[in-house]
Amino acid sequence: MAMNTQGRPSAPLHTPDPGAYDDTFSGSRGLDQAEPLIFERQTYDKTGVDFETPKGTKSRLGALERTEDLGLPGLSEPEAMRHYVRLSRKNYAIDIGLYPLGSCTMKHNPRLNEKMARLPGFSDVHPLQPQSTVQGAFELIGELAHWLMTLTNMPTVAMSPKAGAHGELCGMMAIRAALDARGESHRRRVLVPESAHGTNPATAVQCGFFCDEIPAGPDGRVDMEAFKAKLGDDVAAIMLTNPNTCGLFERDIRAIADAIHEAGGYFYCDGANFNAISGRVRPGDLGVDAMHFNLHKTYSTPHGGGGPGAGPTVLSEALAKFAPLPFVIKEGDSWRMVEDEADARAQGAQPFGRMVAFHGQMGMFTRAMSYMLSHGADGLKQASEDAVLNANYILARLKDVMTPSFDGLCMHEALFDDRFLKDTGVTTLDFAKAMIDEGYHPMTMYFPLVVHGAMLIEPTESESKASVDRFCDTLEALAHAAKAGETERFTAAPRFAPAKRLDETRAARQPVLRWTPAASEA
Amino acid sequence: MSTRFTKDHEWIRVEGEEGVMGITAYAAEQLGDVVFVELPEVGKTVAQGDELAVVESVKAASEVYAPVSGEIIEVNSALEDAPATVNEAPQGEGWFVKIKLSDKAQLDAMMDDAAYAEHTK
Repeated sequence: MAMNTQGRPSAPLHTPDPGAYDDTFSGSRGLDQAEPLIFERQTYDKTGVDFETPKGTKSRLGALERTEDLGLPGLSEPEAMRHYVRLSRKNYAIDIGLYPLGSCTMKHNPRLNEKMARLPGFSDVHPLQPQSTVQGAFELIGELAHWLMTLTNMPTVAMSPKAGAHGELCGMMAIRAALDARGESHRRRVLVPESAHGTNPATAVQCGFFCDEIPAGPDGRVDMEAFKAKLGDDVAAIMLTNPNTCGLFERDIRAIADAIHEAGGYFYCDGANFNAISGRVRPGDLGVDAMHFNLHKTYSTPHGGGGPGAGPTVLSEALAKFAPLPFVIKEGDSWRMVEDEADARAQGAQPFGRMVAFHGQMGMFTRAMSYMLSHGADGLKQASEDAVLNANYILARLKDVMTPSFDGLCMHEALFDDRFLKDTGVTTLDFAKAMIDEGYHPMTMYFPLVVHGAMLIEPTESESKASVDRFCDTLEALAHAAKAGETERFTAAPRFAPAKRLDETRAARQPVLRWTPAASEA
Repeated sequence: MSTRFTKDHEWIRVEGEEGVMGITAYAAEQLGDVVFVELPEVGKTVAQGDELAVVESVKAASEVYAPVSGEIIEVNSALEDAPATVNEAPQGEGWFVKIKLSDKAQLDAMMDDAAYAEHTK
């Protein structure tokens, strides 16, 4: 037979020497394209859209007319598209892989949500259009409010806060309004456990309170004796996260609620970790006075996937009337937005003010509503149970190779510390960077501050057993490698990421917050 | 007089009625690279245990407490531009404030070198 030697070879001709030619001429690596900032392209001569120069209009700007170019980057449409797609490929997303960021609830965002959020009646509404033309959107806000109040057994929910910390602000402002109305404005001390999210003390101080830290007991929960010792007639509130940031349920929560109420204060609950208990526990039954939801965590759309967040805040009977403007109400068959204070007072409310220009995030409301309706009450409960099960599975699988910080079961997230890395020369930071090489976004690290070198892992219910197993296999192998003295594997990490180890210290000490053109081109 | 230490990792060195204080080498090591130091106003009066300064590192922001009661008579404003000094010389150039002590007896209850070394073991 005739051998055809003209065709394309189907096997490598020789084995390449690893390490040789590890740079490229273009700066791209394989099909991972090098991409500068849009301003660094320094091209101003193009545009994706051509407009004709307007004719017959006379400028009335006089001397104020701009004489220099704006200096906006010029890109054709395909270049603009490539720019953002290339940047997106350098990012890590829940749609690429497991995202174990503790206390962040990075769960899958069902595509049904996106379809619903894009319905024109929700996506194409303008905040100033007549109320009679957005009845459907109002109804969705009202229906979502009903679900949130039912899930928490609370009488009111302020829908307008735009994120978790904004919701905290809403709750604490309601508490301040209630204290002022009681004539007890002198109550300014807010008790905050040391494992709290950093936003809690920041919110309290922003509202004119000051913080008093409650230490954690050896079991990672609020030290009840220390808490009770801090109560007094100058205490405004306690801000508590449950489950807390150690992934533990605060078992004494009822006693905490009773004690703070008896002392004349209010109970703010940080709802960031609600994914552990949604559908299983109603905060209203626990004595909570205010709690924000992170709709964009608990009810999908993590970290603003597709838009900003939303932090609706439920309020107890004691705080309900101080809820901020605006809010929607149903009158007969139609919905209406209450926008001004006189109107609100006619409804028996005493709003502490207004937090946003218009209303909340319609896109987030729609996604959360879609998520809730598609899961149903039983599905939401199941999601929480699965999230807790996944976290405990990770805790059980890794407890012998890594060091869990507390004994017993956890809730939705598993907390480890760096004792297993002792004397290996590998730090929590190095370990996290090595995870990037393995294709995983690192877990939350160095938080909470109550344990040394914290590693906080939250898998959420989105992960299958196979996915969690693969993740645990990887962490197990890394832990063994660290103990076996493969220090370089960690200290040199990330070796395969688009950017190597970044200088976080210099970034904090000498931050460059704005791109400026090189001097010669300025 | 020798240097005294608190359990919250502040040190103070007293000469006469005045003391110079900062955070310990152990604290600086634990915090990691310091990126920002917020110091009090000169003339401020503090009680022992009051929040005196805030030190921010790549890892976390932490309060620094007054080791003794007294009046702030000088602050190390060089730290504003060079927070790294806290890591380089925590018990020297990286001092935080000078305090005019109102109660020298408070020093008696504080740790000496050996006791602090034991405390941080």
